[in-house]
Amino acid sequence: MSQKERKHITREMKEFSDGCRDGLPIGLGYFPVSFAFGILAAEAGLSWWQGTIISLFNLTSAGQFAGLTIMAAGGTLLEMAISQFVINLRYSLMSITLSQKVDDSVRGIKRYLFPYSVTDEIFGVASARRRSFAGNPSASVSSTGDVSYSYWRGLRILPVAGWTLGTLTGALLGSILPQDLMNAMSSMLYAMFIAIIIPVAKKNRPVLIAIILAVILSCGFTFLPRAVPALAKLSISSGMAVIICAVVASLVAAALFPIREEADSPAASAVADAAGAASTADVGRGEGRS
Amino acid sequence: MKISDFFLYLLVMAGVTYLVRAVPFILIRQKIKSRFLNSFLYYIPYTVLAAMTFPAIFFCTDSVVAAAIGAGVALILSYFGQSLLVVAAASAAAIYFAGFIF
Repeated sequence: MSQKERKHITREMKEFSDGCRDGLPIGLGYFPVSFAFGILAAEAGLSWWQGTIISLFNLTSAGQFAGLTIMAAGGTLLEMAISQFVINLRYSLMSITLSQKVDDSVRGIKRYLFPYSVTDEIFGVASARRRSFAGNPSASVSSTGDVSYSYWRGLRILPVAGWTLGTLTGALLGSILPQDLMNAMSSMLYAMFIAIIIPVAKKNRPVLIAIILAVILSCGFTFLPRAVPALAKLSISSGMAVIICAVVASLVAAALFPIREEADSPAASAVADAAGAASTADVGRGEGRS
Repeated sequence: MKISDFFLYLLVMAGVTYLVRAVPFILIRQKIKSRFLNSFLYYIPYTVLAAMTFPAIFFCTDSVVAAAIGAGVALILSYFGQSLLVVAAASAAAIYFAGFIF
């Protein structure tokens, strides 16, 4: 094996293990949520393997809960298709963002395998990743994006395992874990989102303003229908509410604070801002690269 | 439910979900040139995650106070640059133990 090949393999393994490390909290957070799904699936009359393969093939929370309801009620396939489309449409937005962040290792069949595991959490972590090539020029030769296929594969393996095994355990064992422990575990997902956005918001005022705007809108979607019955009748799904909040806040931020032009991608210009901003994926990295 | 019905539901469910994720990803191969669009996409991760987290985090457990304490712990630790795992574990522990009190 040439030295070049060996270097390449070492780099791939580093990418993969970086991914696994970043995916661990997602996998842990997924377990109780999918455990709850497993219980519900069993209650809806599905057998343990049916709930489990739903989780394996869908890898989405809100969509699966809605799909399960439709299955149990004997709804039509059209209803099923529409519900999944509306609830999961936010993933399209995430896929567009990720399409600008992947490097050229994502090609051929990998381009088709990649999007299976676009979830809120995996997307969040991957989009916060900033690879630093400083002191390692050889690493940048073939890679321009921050997300390589090896990293993505490492990142998704524990969440997919946690999500699938959680459903399996829930369907088989039902309610053996105390509810407040499950609640606390599932709250890890929210804490993770905070850990992704806060370090960047701290250093980058436009990001902070975009975040505050999105939160205000999101609170509006949550609380206004409770106060105004007419709005509750619109029954906007939570997936759709996220899309509206994120799109509006991002449009406003893009109009007020366009990112700098010199870089060829938003990720690249963000590197300058985030160099010291220790985006979560950065923490503890960098030393090993010099 | 018949097994064949189950697999039809599963096919539609997983198929639509996959296409929603895959179609934009597979179709967009070029780097986007528009400065406005790039700016928009730059803000998307942060606004998506912010909108999903707030105010939902306050209702993730029975006690709003316990949840708020967990959120506070997450905000403070991440402000001081702690890693994902530390923030997630500390916040979950805070919510769990605060749940005994509040």
